[in-house]
Amino acid sequence: MQLLSSTLSLTRYRVNGTLAEPVMDTIREGLKNHVIREIDNDPASKSVGWTTSDKPFTPDFEADSFVFGTSLVFSLRIDKKSIPAKIVNKHYQTAMRKRLAGTDREHLSKNEKREIKDDVLHRLYVRIPATPSMYDLVWHMEAGDLWFLSNRKEANEELETLFSKSFKLSIVRIFPYTAAQLLSGLADEKIDALHKAFPAAFDGGAHA
Amino acid sequence: MLDVSVAYNRYKFLGHEFLTWLWYTIETDPDILTKADPDLASLAIGNRVVLENSRHNREETITIRGDGAGLEEGLIALKKGGKVTEVNLVYCTAEHEWRFNLKGESLAVSSLKTPQTGKVEKKEDLEGAVLERIYLVEKIVSLIYTLYTYFIAARLSADWDRRTVFRINKWIDSAIAGK
Repeated sequence: MQLLSSTLSLTRYRVNGTLAEPVMDTIREGLKNHVIREIDNDPASKSVGWTTSDKPFTPDFEADSFVFGTSLVFSLRIDKKSIPAKIVNKHYQTAMRKRLAGTDREHLSKNEKREIKDDVLHRLYVRIPATPSMYDLVWHMEAGDLWFLSNRKEANEELETLFSKSFKLSIVRIFPYTAAQLLSGLADEKIDALHKAFPAAFDGGAHA
Repeated sequence: MLDVSVAYNRYKFLGHEFLTWLWYTIETDPDILTKADPDLASLAIGNRVVLENSRHNREETITIRGDGAGLEEGLIALKKGGKVTEVNLVYCTAEHEWRFNLKGESLAVSSLKTPQTGKVEKKEDLEGAVLERIYLVEKIVSLIYTLYTYFIAARLSADWDRRTVFRINKWIDSAIAGK
C-alpha cells in the first residue's frame, strides 16, 4: 500500500459537486464500473482504472473495505505496455519482406504499410505483459479534499479524467492560484487584488 | 475563476514568493510558525534549496544541497533578484520529525518522510496504520496551507510592498552582512 510506504509524494485537489444518495453506494458503483481491466494477452497497450490499495491485483470493491475512518482510500492503476522501437522495426521489416515476396512489386502502398504496422503492434501487444503502476488517493469526503499520492503529470491527468467519469464530480488541482482562490477564505476585494498581482522584487532593495 | 492552465503559469510566481517568504519567516519570525501549528517545535530549511532568477531575460538556477550546507549562496542569489522555487524542509514536534520537499509553482510535496507508523502484521492492523499515516500526512498538509493562507493575506494586503517586501529586503541585506 503506497500510503504506508516510507516516502510519499502528494498533490492536493478540491472536490466539487454532490454525489447521489446513498453516497457510499454511488461511490462503490463508480469504482466497480471503472475498475482496472487486465490487458495481459490482449492487444490493448494501456489500461487505466481503479483498484483497492491493499490488493491492487485482485480488486474487489464489494468484499474489501476502502473506508478508513472518515476517509476513503483506494488507488488509480495504470497498466502500460512498452515495446522498444527496434523490436517493432524488426518485426515490421520482416512482415513487409514477406508481403512483397512472391509478388513482382518493389514497394508497398502507404495503406499496406500502415496495415502491416498495425498488425505487428497488435501481435506484439498480445505477447507483452503490461507494467502496472499504482497511485493511492485519500478522499476526505466531508471536507471535499483529496490527496493524490503522485506528482507525475500523466498520473494526475488520468486521475482527473477518471474521477470525473466515475463519480460525475469535478476535481480542481491545488496550486498557488487555486489555493488562494479556494482555500484561503479571501474576501471579494482580495480576489480582485489577487487578479492584479504582479511579481515582487526581493533583492535587498537593489532595484528599489 | 481563470482557466486552470493559464492560472497555473500566470501565478506560479506566488508559489516562489511564498517559499522565499517562508525562508524569511523561519529565520526571523518563528511565532508565525507556532501560530500555524501549536505542536511545532521547529521548522528548518533542510538539505536542498533551489532558487531561480529570471530577470534580464535569462534563466539562472542555483541549487544548494547537503545537510548543514551554508545558505550564503542562496542569500546572494536572493540579493541578485532570485526567488526560491523548491525547498527541503524539516518539521519537528517535541517527539517526532518530518522531512519533505515543497515545490513553489505547484505546492506539490515530494519525498515526504513522516515518523514511522506501527507495523502491519495482521489484517486488523491495517486500519490503525492507515489512520495513523493519514494523521501524520495531515500535519504537513495543514502546516503548508495554514502558512500559505498567512502568506497570501500579507501578499494581498495594501502594505505588502511597504511592510513585508521592505522587511524581507532588509533581512537579505543584514543576513549577507552578518555572514
